[in-house]
Amino acid sequence: MDLRVQPQNYFVDEGLKNELQKQGVFTTTLEGIYNWGRQNSIWPLQFGLACCAIEMIATTMARYDLARFGAEVFRPSPRQADLMIVAGTVTKKMAPQVVRLYNQMAEPKYVIAMGACAISGGPFKQGYNVLKGIDRYIPVDVHIPGCPPRPEALIHAFMTLQQKISAQELTGVNRPRHLNAEAPSEFVVPKFGEHDLEPPSNPSVWKPAALTRA
Amino acid sequence: MPTPTAEPSYLTIIVLMAAAALFALTPLALARLWAMFYSPRKPGPDKNATYECGLESKGDAWIQFKSEYYLYAIIFLIFDVETIFLLPFAVAFAGLGAGAFISLMIFLFLLVSGLVWAWKKGVLTWR
Repeated sequence: MDLRVQPQNYFVDEGLKNELQKQGVFTTTLEGIYNWGRQNSIWPLQFGLACCAIEMIATTMARYDLARFGAEVFRPSPRQADLMIVAGTVTKKMAPQVVRLYNQMAEPKYVIAMGACAISGGPFKQGYNVLKGIDRYIPVDVHIPGCPPRPEALIHAFMTLQQKISAQELTGVNRPRHLNAEAPSEFVVPKFGEHDLEPPSNPSVWKPAALTRA
Repeated sequence: MPTPTAEPSYLTIIVLMAAAALFALTPLALARLWAMFYSPRKPGPDKNATYECGLESKGDAWIQFKSEYYLYAIIFLIFDVETIFLLPFAVAFAGLGAGAFISLMIFLFLLVSGLVWAWKKGVLTWR
């Protein structure tokens, strides 16, 4: 996959734009500059759930240097964070807290599900106390497989998210959730029930493909 | 004839204050405008709740608890200060004059009277 940020479909004619750039005149759109600003200042929420968090920490350190993407400022409060990296196994005991933290984040907010556990339950999928993927409760933007994923994989996820943000429209029917007054900002927080979390999943978020057997 | 000093003008300060206020208020106003046109506000019960590391906050923050700790703090201070001054006092004891000796004794008396007060109050009895 070509990971360079693709040029946007700006309203200015591409040829004219290039011609103007040669003369030192830069043109852009409100949408372009808005997305450009957001995609280069993604502040993650500072929390880790399991061993994936160690790889996440390594990503922020000097060797992998997440600061190159403007995303090194891990915030200790959800009020200041843009991105939730679900790094590790989500136990059923922890799931309500994770969803509540997501609800407490200010829009626009994004989620990276990091590692096999966060996307599916991973090696603990058969466990009675492990959530089979955080995407049952909150909308996940980027899934990273791996156990744990290497820092390069997390950086790849960041770049994928940046691409996703740069393609978001400011107006129109395809505009993202945070620009749509009707779309919800909070999602149902599961309760720790007698046998399982209640509800076991949020059907407005989790739409698994129907399994077809031959 | 000496030139009269110029009347102090506050105009510069007023201009600076206005610039500072604008510097702070313009981004806020722009953010509000942006929210009006594009990004709608979405408050909710969870988002407006008190942040407590993802847990639901229970009860009131204005709870009262018994503060007996101040007594331990005071007694610690007595012994702490006493030790700091007693060590050099003991080292230099033989060469001290009468004035230094009396003033240190007064100092010790003040500290020991504090200890006596605490003892009489029953602080030293562990409950």
